[in-house]
Amino acid sequence: MPSLKDYRDRIASVKSTKKITSAMKMVAASKLKKAQSQAEASQPYARAMGEMLARVAEGAIVTSSSPKLLIGTGSDQTHLLVVVTSDRGLCGGFNGNLIRLARLEIMRLEGEGKTVKLITVGRKARDLLKRAHKDKILHSFTGIGGGSRVNFSEANEITQMVLEQFEAGNIDVVSMIYNNFKSVLTQEPLTQQIIPFKLPENAQVEVSDEKEENLLSPYAFEPEENEILGLLLPRNLGVQMFRALLDSAAGEQAARMTAMDNATRNAGEKIDGLTLVYNRARQAAITKELIEIISGAEAV
Amino acid sequence: MNEQTENNFDFELVSPERKLMSEKVWRVTIPGEEGDFGVLANHSSLVSSVRPGVIEILSAQGDAPTKIFIAGGFADVTAANCTILAEEAMMVDDLDQSEIEKEISDLEEKLNAATDNVEVNRYTTQLSIVKAKLTAVTGVLAA
Repeated sequence: MPSLKDYRDRIASVKSTKKITSAMKMVAASKLKKAQSQAEASQPYARAMGEMLARVAEGAIVTSSSPKLLIGTGSDQTHLLVVVTSDRGLCGGFNGNLIRLARLEIMRLEGEGKTVKLITVGRKARDLLKRAHKDKILHSFTGIGGGSRVNFSEANEITQMVLEQFEAGNIDVVSMIYNNFKSVLTQEPLTQQIIPFKLPENAQVEVSDEKEENLLSPYAFEPEENEILGLLLPRNLGVQMFRALLDSAAGEQAARMTAMDNATRNAGEKIDGLTLVYNRARQAAITKELIEIISGAEAV
Repeated sequence: MNEQTENNFDFELVSPERKLMSEKVWRVTIPGEEGDFGVLANHSSLVSSVRPGVIEILSAQGDAPTKIFIAGGFADVTAANCTILAEEAMMVDDLDQSEIEKEISDLEEKLNAATDNVEVNRYTTQLSIVKAKLTAVTGVLAA
Protein backbone atom coordinates (compact mmCIF):
# COMPACT_ATOMS: atom_id res chain seq x y z
CA MET A 1 0.00 0.00 0.00
CA PRO A 2 1.40 3.41 -0.99
CA SER A 3 2.40 5.58 1.95
CA LEU A 4 1.14 9.11 2.51
CA LYS A 5 4.41 10.46 1.16
CA ASP A 6 3.91 8.54 -2.09
CA TYR A 7 0.58 10.24 -2.57
CA ARG A 8 2.04 13.64 -1.83
CA ASP A 9 4.82 13.07 -4.38
CA ARG A 10 2.38 12.01 -7.04
CA ILE A 11 0.18 15.03 -6.49
CA ALA A 12 3.24 17.30 -6.69
CA SER A 13 4.33 15.66 -9.94
CA VAL A 14 0.92 15.98 -11.59
CA LYS A 15 0.78 19.58 -10.42
CA SER A 16 4.04 20.42 -12.14
CA THR A 17 2.85 18.67 -15.31
CA LYS A 18 -0.26 20.81 -15.18
CA LYS A 19 1.87 23.92 -14.87
CA ILE A 20 3.81 22.93 -17.98
CA THR A 21 0.76 22.12 -20.07
CA SER A 22 -1.01 25.31 -19.11
CA ALA A 23 2.11 27.32 -19.94
CA MET A 24 2.34 25.55 -23.31
CA LYS A 25 -1.28 26.36 -23.95
CA MET A 26 -0.65 30.03 -23.25
CA VAL A 27 2.42 30.09 -25.51
CA ALA A 28 0.51 28.33 -28.29
CA ALA A 29 -2.32 30.84 -27.97
CA SER A 30 -0.01 33.80 -28.45
CA LYS A 31 1.83 32.10 -31.30
CA LEU A 32 -1.51 31.30 -32.90
CA LYS A 33 -2.43 34.96 -32.78
CA LYS A 34 0.82 35.85 -34.51
CA ALA A 35 0.40 33.13 -37.14
CA GLN A 36 -3.16 34.22 -37.83
CA SER A 37 -2.22 37.84 -38.30
CA GLN A 38 0.57 36.77 -40.61
CA ALA A 39 -1.83 34.70 -42.66
CA GLU A 40 -4.13 37.69 -42.84
CA ALA A 41 -1.29 39.96 -43.95
CA SER A 42 -0.48 37.66 -46.84
CA GLN A 43 -4.04 37.85 -48.15
CA PRO A 44 -3.77 40.99 -50.34
CA TYR A 45 -0.88 39.58 -52.34
CA ALA A 46 -2.58 36.24 -52.88
CA ARG A 47 -5.79 37.96 -53.92
CA ALA A 48 -4.07 40.34 -56.33
CA MET A 49 -2.12 37.45 -57.78
CA GLY A 50 -5.29 35.39 -58.28
CA GLU A 51 -7.04 38.27 -60.02
CA MET A 52 -4.10 38.94 -62.27
CA LEU A 53 -3.77 35.28 -63.20
CA ALA A 54 -7.44 35.06 -64.05
CA ARG A 55 -7.13 38.11 -66.30
CA VAL A 56 -4.07 36.83 -68.08
CA ALA A 57 -5.40 33.31 -68.45
CA GLU A 58 -8.56 34.71 -69.97
CA GLY A 59 -6.61 36.59 -72.60
CA ALA A 60 -4.26 33.76 -73.35
CA ILE A 61 -5.24 31.11 -75.81
CA VAL A 62 -4.24 27.73 -74.50
CA THR A 63 -2.14 26.00 -77.11
CA SER A 64 0.47 23.31 -77.00
CA SER A 65 3.06 26.06 -76.63
CA SER A 66 1.43 27.34 -73.42
CA PRO A 67 3.48 26.98 -70.27
CA LYS A 68 3.72 23.38 -69.12
CA LEU A 69 2.70 24.45 -65.63
CA LEU A 70 -0.78 25.19 -67.04
CA ILE A 71 -1.35 22.37 -69.49
CA GLY A 72 0.77 19.67 -67.86
CA THR A 73 3.28 17.38 -69.45
CA GLY A 74 0.62 15.33 -71.20
CA SER A 75 1.19 12.47 -68.81
CA ASP A 76 0.22 11.76 -65.22
CA GLN A 77 2.56 8.89 -64.55
CA THR A 78 4.73 10.37 -61.83
CA HIS A 79 3.16 12.17 -58.90
CA LEU A 80 5.01 14.31 -56.42
CA LEU A 81 3.40 14.84 -53.04
CA VAL A 82 4.55 17.68 -50.84
CA VAL A 83 3.61 16.68 -47.30
CA VAL A 84 3.51 19.60 -44.87
CA THR A 85 3.59 18.86 -41.13
CA SER A 86 5.03 20.55 -38.07
CA ASP A 87 8.49 20.08 -36.61
CA ARG A 88 7.24 19.47 -33.11
CA GLY A 89 4.72 17.14 -31.58
CA LEU A 90 2.37 17.57 -28.63
CA CYS A 91 -0.36 18.93 -30.82
CA GLY A 92 -2.98 16.21 -30.74
CA GLY A 93 -3.93 14.48 -33.96
CA PHE A 94 -2.57 17.30 -36.10
CA ASN A 95 0.29 15.38 -37.68
CA GLY A 96 -1.20 11.91 -37.29
CA ASN A 97 -4.30 12.73 -39.32
CA LEU A 98 -2.24 14.34 -42.03
CA ILE A 99 0.15 11.43 -42.33
CA ARG A 100 -2.79 9.04 -42.48
CA LEU A 101 -4.17 10.99 -45.45
CA ALA A 102 -0.74 11.02 -47.09
CA ARG A 103 -0.42 7.25 -46.69
CA LEU A 104 -3.88 6.69 -48.18
CA GLU A 105 -2.98 8.95 -51.10
CA ILE A 106 0.26 7.07 -51.72
CA MET A 107 -1.61 3.77 -51.61
CA ARG A 108 -4.30 5.03 -53.96
CA LEU A 109 -1.81 6.33 -56.52
CA GLU A 110 0.28 3.21 -56.37
CA GLY A 111 -2.86 1.13 -56.74
CA GLU A 112 -3.44 2.96 -60.01
CA GLY A 113 0.04 2.03 -61.12
CA LYS A 114 1.52 5.53 -60.74
CA THR A 115 4.96 6.35 -59.47
CA VAL A 116 4.97 8.41 -56.28
CA LYS A 117 7.68 10.73 -55.05
CA LEU A 118 7.67 12.72 -51.85
CA ILE A 119 8.99 15.97 -50.48
CA THR A 120 8.44 16.28 -46.77
CA VAL A 121 8.19 19.54 -44.89
CA GLY A 122 8.57 19.38 -41.13
CA ARG A 123 10.38 16.87 -38.98
CA LYS A 124 7.24 14.84 -38.25
CA ALA A 125 6.53 14.09 -41.90
CA ARG A 126 10.08 12.92 -42.40
CA ASP A 127 10.14 10.74 -39.29
CA LEU A 128 6.75 9.18 -39.87
CA LEU A 129 7.12 8.50 -43.57
CA LYS A 130 10.72 7.43 -43.81
CA ARG A 131 10.19 3.92 -42.49
CA ALA A 132 7.75 2.80 -45.16
CA HIS A 133 8.57 5.21 -47.98
CA LYS A 134 12.22 6.06 -47.60
CA ASP A 135 13.02 5.38 -51.26
CA LYS A 136 10.37 7.87 -52.42
CA ILE A 137 11.55 10.87 -50.43
CA LEU A 138 13.43 13.30 -52.66
CA HIS A 139 14.14 15.84 -49.97
CA SER A 140 13.13 16.72 -46.44
CA PHE A 141 12.79 20.29 -45.27
CA THR A 142 12.92 20.91 -41.55
CA GLY A 143 13.04 24.02 -39.41
CA ILE A 144 10.58 25.90 -41.61
CA GLY A 145 9.19 28.84 -39.70
CA GLY A 146 11.67 28.11 -36.93
CA GLY A 147 11.98 31.78 -36.09
CA SER A 148 8.31 31.96 -34.99
CA ARG A 149 7.24 33.22 -38.42
CA VAL A 150 7.24 31.63 -41.85
CA ASN A 151 9.28 33.54 -44.40
CA PHE A 152 8.30 33.75 -48.02
CA SER A 153 11.85 32.80 -48.97
CA GLU A 154 11.36 29.48 -47.19
CA ALA A 155 8.27 28.77 -49.26
CA ASN A 156 10.24 29.82 -52.32
CA GLU A 157 12.99 27.35 -51.58
CA ILE A 158 10.53 24.47 -51.62
CA THR A 159 8.84 25.80 -54.75
CA GLN A 160 12.19 26.12 -56.47
CA MET A 161 12.96 22.49 -55.79
CA VAL A 162 9.56 21.42 -57.10
CA LEU A 163 10.03 23.50 -60.25
CA GLU A 164 13.50 22.16 -60.87
CA GLN A 165 12.16 18.61 -60.66
CA PHE A 166 9.26 19.48 -62.92
CA GLU A 167 11.39 21.18 -65.52
CA ALA A 168 13.82 18.30 -65.53
CA GLY A 169 10.87 16.13 -66.50
CA ASN A 170 11.13 13.97 -63.40
CA ILE A 171 7.54 14.54 -62.34
CA ASP A 172 4.20 15.13 -64.06
CA VAL A 173 1.71 16.06 -61.35
CA VAL A 174 2.35 17.84 -58.06
CA SER A 175 0.01 17.99 -55.09
CA MET A 176 0.36 19.45 -51.63
CA ILE A 177 -0.97 17.66 -48.58
CA TYR A 178 -1.37 20.09 -45.71
CA ASN A 179 -3.61 21.01 -42.82
CA ASN A 180 -6.12 23.61 -43.88
CA PHE A 181 -6.84 26.05 -41.08
CA LYS A 182 -10.63 26.13 -40.97
CA SER A 183 -10.99 27.48 -37.46
CA VAL A 184 -9.20 27.31 -34.14
CA LEU A 185 -11.08 24.10 -33.39
CA THR A 186 -10.84 22.38 -36.76
CA GLN A 187 -7.90 21.80 -39.00
CA GLU A 188 -8.69 19.71 -42.00
CA PRO A 189 -6.02 17.71 -43.82
CA LEU A 190 -6.48 18.11 -47.54
CA THR A 191 -4.83 17.38 -50.86
CA GLN A 192 -4.47 20.20 -53.35
CA GLN A 193 -3.12 19.82 -56.85
CA ILE A 194 -0.74 22.63 -57.77
CA ILE A 195 0.74 21.40 -61.08
CA PRO A 196 -0.82 21.45 -63.65
CA PHE A 197 -2.42 24.62 -62.42
CA LYS A 198 -6.19 24.82 -62.07
CA LEU A 199 -7.62 28.32 -62.15
CA PRO A 200 -9.41 29.00 -58.90
CA GLU A 201 -13.11 29.27 -59.71
CA ASN A 202 -13.74 32.15 -57.35
CA ALA A 203 -10.98 34.22 -58.90
CA GLN A 204 -12.85 34.17 -62.18
CA VAL A 205 -16.09 35.18 -60.51
CA GLU A 206 -14.38 38.10 -58.81
CA VAL A 207 -13.16 39.71 -62.01
CA SER A 208 -16.27 39.04 -64.05
CA ASP A 209 -18.01 42.35 -63.15
CA GLU A 210 -14.94 44.31 -64.00
CA LYS A 211 -14.62 42.50 -67.28
CA GLU A 212 -17.86 43.95 -68.57
CA GLU A 213 -16.76 47.48 -67.84
CA ASN A 214 -13.48 46.89 -69.51
CA LEU A 215 -14.79 45.29 -72.65
CA LEU A 216 -13.78 48.35 -74.59
CA SER A 217 -10.35 48.54 -73.07
CA PRO A 218 -8.95 45.05 -73.03
CA TYR A 219 -5.77 44.58 -71.10
CA ALA A 220 -2.48 45.23 -72.71
CA PHE A 221 0.12 42.66 -71.81
CA GLU A 222 3.76 43.33 -71.61
CA PRO A 223 5.36 40.94 -72.58
CA GLU A 224 2.63 38.99 -74.40
CA GLU A 225 0.12 36.72 -72.64
CA ASN A 226 1.77 33.35 -72.81
CA GLU A 227 5.10 34.74 -71.75
CA ILE A 228 3.69 36.63 -68.79
CA LEU A 229 1.72 33.53 -67.87
CA GLY A 230 4.98 31.64 -67.88
CA LEU A 231 6.34 34.15 -65.37
CA LEU A 232 3.20 34.37 -63.25
CA LEU A 233 2.59 30.67 -62.77
CA PRO A 234 5.83 29.82 -60.92
CA ARG A 235 5.27 32.89 -58.76
CA ASN A 236 1.75 31.78 -58.03
CA LEU A 237 3.08 28.40 -57.05
CA GLY A 238 5.24 30.12 -54.46
CA VAL A 239 2.21 31.98 -53.14
CA GLN A 240 0.20 28.78 -52.78
CA MET A 241 3.08 27.06 -51.06
CA PHE A 242 3.45 30.02 -48.72
CA ARG A 243 -0.24 29.94 -47.93
CA ALA A 244 -0.07 26.22 -47.17
CA LEU A 245 2.87 26.78 -44.83
CA LEU A 246 1.06 29.62 -43.08
CA ASP A 247 -2.10 27.56 -42.73
CA SER A 248 -0.12 24.68 -41.39
CA ALA A 249 1.72 26.90 -38.90
CA ALA A 250 -1.49 28.45 -37.61
CA GLY A 251 -3.15 25.04 -37.49
CA GLU A 252 -0.28 23.56 -35.53
CA GLN A 253 -0.56 26.21 -32.84
CA ALA A 254 -4.34 25.89 -32.72
CA ALA A 255 -4.11 22.11 -32.43
CA ARG A 256 -1.50 22.42 -29.70
CA MET A 257 -3.60 24.93 -27.83
CA THR A 258 -6.58 22.58 -27.87
CA ALA A 259 -4.47 19.58 -26.92
CA MET A 260 -2.82 21.41 -24.05
CA ASP A 261 -6.16 22.76 -22.85
CA ASN A 262 -7.42 19.19 -22.63
CA ALA A 263 -4.22 18.05 -20.91
CA THR A 264 -4.52 20.85 -18.34
CA ARG A 265 -8.10 19.90 -17.61
CA ASN A 266 -7.19 16.21 -17.28
CA ALA A 267 -4.35 17.07 -14.93
CA GLY A 268 -6.75 19.11 -12.79
CA GLU A 269 -9.14 16.17 -12.55
CA LYS A 270 -6.29 13.85 -11.72
CA ILE A 271 -5.15 16.16 -8.91
CA ASP A 272 -8.67 16.28 -7.47
CA GLY A 273 -8.90 12.50 -7.53
CA LEU A 274 -5.49 12.03 -5.94
CA THR A 275 -6.21 14.61 -3.24
CA LEU A 276 -9.35 12.70 -2.33
CA VAL A 277 -7.47 9.43 -2.03
CA TYR A 278 -4.69 11.16 -0.07
CA ASN A 279 -7.15 12.66 2.42
CA ARG A 280 -8.90 9.34 2.86
CA ALA A 281 -5.57 7.61 3.54
CA ARG A 282 -4.58 10.34 6.00
CA GLN A 283 -7.90 10.00 7.81
CA ALA A 284 -7.51 6.23 7.92
CA ALA A 285 -4.05 6.60 9.47
CA ILE A 286 -5.38 9.00 12.12
CA THR A 287 -8.29 6.70 12.94
CA LYS A 288 -5.92 3.75 13.17
CA GLU A 289 -3.67 5.60 15.61
CA LEU A 290 -6.65 6.64 17.72
CA ILE A 291 -7.92 3.07 17.88
CA GLU A 292 -4.48 1.92 18.97
CA ILE A 293 -4.37 4.53 21.73
CA ILE A 294 -7.89 3.78 22.92
CA SER A 295 -7.48 0.02 22.88
CA GLY A 296 -4.12 0.47 24.63
CA ALA A 297 -5.82 2.57 27.35
CA GLU A 298 -8.62 0.01 27.77
CA ALA A 299 -6.14 -2.81 28.24
CA VAL A 300 -4.57 -1.07 31.21
CA MET B 1 -6.13 71.43 -54.87
CA ASN B 2 -9.38 69.86 -55.95
CA GLU B 3 -8.10 69.25 -59.39
CA GLN B 4 -5.04 67.69 -57.89
CA THR B 5 -6.95 65.04 -55.96
CA GLU B 6 -9.03 64.19 -59.02
CA ASN B 7 -5.88 63.36 -60.87
CA ASN B 8 -4.76 60.95 -58.20
CA PHE B 9 -5.30 57.23 -58.26
CA ASP B 10 -5.04 54.32 -55.81
CA PHE B 11 -1.63 52.80 -55.60
CA GLU B 12 -0.89 49.56 -53.79
CA LEU B 13 2.40 47.87 -53.17
CA VAL B 14 2.09 44.36 -51.76
CA SER B 15 4.67 41.74 -50.94
CA PRO B 16 3.81 38.12 -50.19
CA GLU B 17 4.23 38.77 -46.50
CA ARG B 18 2.21 41.95 -46.14
CA LYS B 19 0.71 45.03 -47.72
CA LEU B 20 3.49 47.61 -47.81
CA MET B 21 1.72 50.63 -49.10
CA SER B 22 -1.76 51.70 -50.03
CA GLU B 23 -2.43 55.33 -50.80
CA LYS B 24 -3.54 57.87 -53.33
CA VAL B 25 -0.73 59.04 -55.57
CA TRP B 26 -0.26 61.29 -58.57
CA ARG B 27 2.35 59.44 -60.58
CA VAL B 28 4.31 56.18 -60.37
CA THR B 29 7.27 55.22 -62.49
CA ILE B 30 7.69 51.47 -62.89
CA PRO B 31 10.67 49.60 -64.36
CA GLY B 32 8.76 47.33 -66.73
CA GLU B 33 10.23 44.27 -68.35
CA GLU B 34 10.35 46.07 -71.70
CA GLY B 35 11.26 49.52 -70.45
CA ASP B 36 10.33 51.97 -67.73
CA PHE B 37 6.88 53.45 -67.84
CA GLY B 38 5.06 56.13 -65.90
CA VAL B 39 1.52 55.68 -64.68
CA LEU B 40 -0.89 58.59 -64.19
CA ALA B 41 -4.60 58.39 -63.48
CA ASN B 42 -6.72 56.98 -66.34
CA HIS B 43 -3.88 54.90 -67.66
CA SER B 44 -5.02 52.20 -70.05
CA SER B 45 -5.32 48.74 -68.53
CA LEU B 46 -2.06 46.93 -68.49
CA VAL B 47 -0.49 43.86 -66.98
CA SER B 48 3.26 43.88 -67.04
CA SER B 49 6.08 42.05 -65.42
CA VAL B 50 8.56 44.21 -63.57
CA ARG B 51 12.32 43.79 -63.58
CA PRO B 52 14.40 44.42 -60.46
CA GLY B 53 14.74 48.15 -60.08
CA VAL B 54 13.43 51.29 -58.48
CA ILE B 55 9.86 52.48 -58.51
CA GLU B 56 9.35 56.18 -57.98
CA ILE B 57 6.21 57.39 -56.31
CA LEU B 58 5.01 60.99 -56.43
CA SER B 59 2.08 61.62 -54.16
CA ALA B 60 1.49 65.03 -55.74
CA GLN B 61 2.77 66.92 -58.73
CA GLY B 62 6.09 68.54 -57.90
CA ASP B 63 6.69 66.43 -54.78
CA ALA B 64 9.99 64.74 -54.17
CA PRO B 65 9.65 61.12 -55.28
CA THR B 66 9.63 58.25 -52.79
CA LYS B 67 12.05 55.69 -54.12
CA ILE B 68 11.50 52.02 -53.38
CA PHE B 69 13.66 49.20 -54.63
CA ILE B 70 11.82 46.04 -55.67
CA ALA B 71 13.35 42.74 -56.65
CA GLY B 72 11.04 42.14 -59.58
CA GLY B 73 7.37 41.33 -59.67
CA PHE B 74 4.24 42.28 -61.57
CA ALA B 75 2.23 45.42 -62.12
CA ASP B 76 -1.50 45.47 -62.66
CA VAL B 77 -2.74 48.83 -63.93
CA THR B 78 -6.32 49.92 -64.53
CA ALA B 79 -7.78 53.39 -64.99
CA ALA B 80 -8.44 53.91 -61.29
CA ASN B 81 -5.74 51.91 -59.58
CA CYS B 82 -2.33 50.40 -59.85
CA THR B 83 -1.18 47.34 -57.92
CA ILE B 84 2.38 46.15 -57.76
CA LEU B 85 3.15 42.66 -56.60
CA ALA B 86 6.73 42.80 -55.40
CA GLU B 87 8.80 39.84 -54.40
CA GLU B 88 10.93 41.93 -52.12
CA ALA B 89 10.78 45.65 -51.46
CA MET B 90 12.77 48.17 -49.46
CA MET B 91 13.30 51.90 -49.32
CA VAL B 92 16.28 52.99 -51.40
CA ASP B 93 17.43 55.17 -48.48
CA ASP B 94 17.73 52.05 -46.32
CA LEU B 95 20.10 50.26 -48.68
CA ASP B 96 23.74 50.11 -47.72
CA GLN B 97 26.20 50.26 -50.57
CA SER B 98 29.10 48.44 -48.93
CA GLU B 99 26.81 45.62 -47.83
CA ILE B 100 25.50 45.20 -51.35
CA GLU B 101 29.01 45.18 -52.80
CA LYS B 102 29.96 42.44 -50.36
CA GLU B 103 26.87 40.49 -51.39
CA ILE B 104 27.87 40.80 -55.03
CA SER B 105 31.37 39.48 -54.47
CA ASP B 106 29.97 36.61 -52.37
CA LEU B 107 27.57 35.68 -55.12
CA GLU B 108 30.24 35.91 -57.81
CA GLU B 109 32.37 33.54 -55.79
CA LYS B 110 29.49 31.11 -55.47
CA LEU B 111 28.76 31.44 -59.18
CA ASN B 112 32.34 30.57 -60.05
CA ALA B 113 32.25 27.58 -57.73
CA ALA B 114 28.88 26.38 -59.03
CA THR B 115 29.03 23.31 -61.21
CA ASP B 116 25.59 22.26 -62.35
CA ASN B 117 23.20 24.31 -64.47
CA VAL B 118 20.59 24.65 -61.78
CA GLU B 119 22.99 26.35 -59.39
CA VAL B 120 24.42 28.59 -62.09
CA ASN B 121 20.91 29.72 -63.00
CA ARG B 122 20.00 30.41 -59.39
CA TYR B 123 23.08 32.50 -58.68
CA THR B 124 22.83 34.38 -61.95
CA THR B 125 19.29 35.46 -61.10
CA GLN B 126 20.31 36.46 -57.58
CA LEU B 127 23.29 38.35 -58.91
CA SER B 128 21.21 40.35 -61.37
CA ILE B 129 18.87 41.34 -58.54
CA VAL B 130 21.69 42.46 -56.27
CA LYS B 131 23.35 44.35 -59.13
CA ALA B 132 20.09 46.17 -59.78
CA LYS B 133 20.07 47.00 -56.08
CA LEU B 134 23.53 48.51 -56.38
CA THR B 135 22.41 50.55 -59.37
CA ALA B 136 19.53 51.81 -57.28
CA VAL B 137 21.95 53.13 -54.65
CA THR B 138 24.68 54.54 -56.82
CA GLY B 139 22.43 55.68 -59.64
CA VAL B 140 25.07 54.45 -62.12
CA LEU B 141 24.61 51.37 -64.22
CA ALA B 142 26.81 48.61 -62.78
CA ALA B 143 29.05 46.91 -65.29
